Amino acid sequence: MSLILLHPDDNVLVLSAPIQTGQVLTIDGRAVTAQVDVGVGHKLARRALAVGDKVLKYGAPIGSITAPVPAGGHVHLHNMKSDYIASHTRQATGSEGH
Amino acid sequence: MAQAFQGYLRADGRKGVRNVVAVAYLVECAHHVARAIVTRSDDPDVHLIGFPGCYPNAYALKVMQAVTTHPNVGGVLLISLGCESFNREQLRTTIEASGRPVETLVIQESGGTAATIARGREAVARLQAVAGQTPVVPMDVSELVIGTICGGSDGTSGITANPAVGRAFDRLGAAGAACVFEETGELVGCETIMASRALTPELGLELERSVQKAEAYYTVMGYGSFAPGNAEGGLTTQEEKSMGAYSKSGSAPIVGILKPGDQPPSGGLYLLDVVPDGEPRFGFPNISDNAEIVELIACGAHMTLFTTGRGSVVGSAISPVIKICANPETYRKLSGDMDVDAGRIMEGRGTLDEVGTEIHDLVLAVAGGQRTVSEALGHQEFILTYKAFDPIGPACLPLRRAS
Repeated sequence: MSLILLHPDDNVLVLSAPIQTGQVLTIDGRAVTAQVDVGVGHKLARRALAVGDKVLKYGAPIGSITAPVPAGGHVHLHNMKSDYIASHTRQATGSEGH
Repeated sequence: MAQAFQGYLRADGRKGVRNVVAVAYLVECAHHVARAIVTRSDDPDVHLIGFPGCYPNAYALKVMQAVTTHPNVGGVLLISLGCESFNREQLRTTIEASGRPVETLVIQESGGTAATIARGREAVARLQAVAGQTPVVPMDVSELVIGTICGGSDGTSGITANPAVGRAFDRLGAAGAACVFEETGELVGCETIMASRALTPELGLELERSVQKAEAYYTVMGYGSFAPGNAEGGLTTQEEKSMGAYSKSGSAPIVGILKPGDQPPSGGLYLLDVVPDGEPRFGFPNISDNAEIVELIACGAHMTLFTTGRGSVVGSAISPVIKICANPETYRKLSGDMDVDAGRIMEGRGTLDEVGTEIHDLVLAVAGGQRTVSEALGHQEFILTYKAFDPIGPACLPLRRAS
């Protein structure tokens, strides 16, 4: 068990252990091959997500998709954004907030 | 199981779980002298606190009044440079009125650094002698105020440590303890869900307003309450972090809103609104986690439940901090800084109920005198900065209004 579904309505799953590139995971009965290394606590798409889709975790919206994500894809800063306040990274600190 | 333990009965009737002598600097210029007095006292129950600013601030005075008359405090030494604008006379009067021993040393009138340190050490010895006479009496869980905060959150926090604290809060609150959760900036996105748990519709409206205020404030600041480490740990957005943070509050009804320095008038679950009122003036609402811990202590918190994913190591002056580690990988790296391994839930080595029970039982043990890991390591962080608040409105405390 390395993927956690926190709420039946969710379209993302949470990793309870890190995964390596090429590792085969089973999501809702389908085999998916990991495209990148992803750490514990990060999110994978439960199914393919399109631009504008709300990301659901804990059964609640936690942001919107900004780039298409295949089923099993890593969902993070590169393909989703807040519907409230922009997030920032250490690299972006000091530049204009985005 | 036994819910009672021994506490320190203060002259004002409040009961503490520690017997601390606080040495307080009233401006940064007095910080070194105060620190030297504390360091040379070399006693785990002599703590350094203070306010660095030279300009007056009503919030800072209120918080200093609240922490120096906290039930865990048995005596206070005030260290003033002499020319700062902090109202040391009013602070001293407040401490005296609480029945606690207090002494003041003004560096400019005490012969400077070396002489003030020497006199300060003598003063601490006198204060400890008086504090040592404090009656020890039975204390019940219903007399406790418990705070909670998350720091260094990651994608595990909202799955393990935070909901486990929620379970502990549900039990402690049901037993009559006042349980306080906070950081409205980390509740952005859950305001509607939270409002539905309010004791009254008017309080629900105030809860929503407090989060809207936080969102507006942080938007002006240019950053949410979201650090780079949060993203490295798998959290992507403010509202995702919020949903995880919110689970610390458990499932009980929310009975009121406090602002820093307000004391909860009853048991039950309270939200502490830490975001300043009015136009943003003094920068970020909480420049680091300990600023929030100090505000929880100013609301009477006897101890603070601190959940962390990335791995905070801090403790606090005045009130113990219990650190609950959400991430199993972090726990393996920093087990010497953690009180509770909640990350085991992630690896199927424990359940939320089991960890919730462990936290609950540890709260009672720490109330009974058991040192937390951060206490044993000597962590006594304290930070207080400029803020401005309006008093809470009548809708914020429906229980006080009803009584």
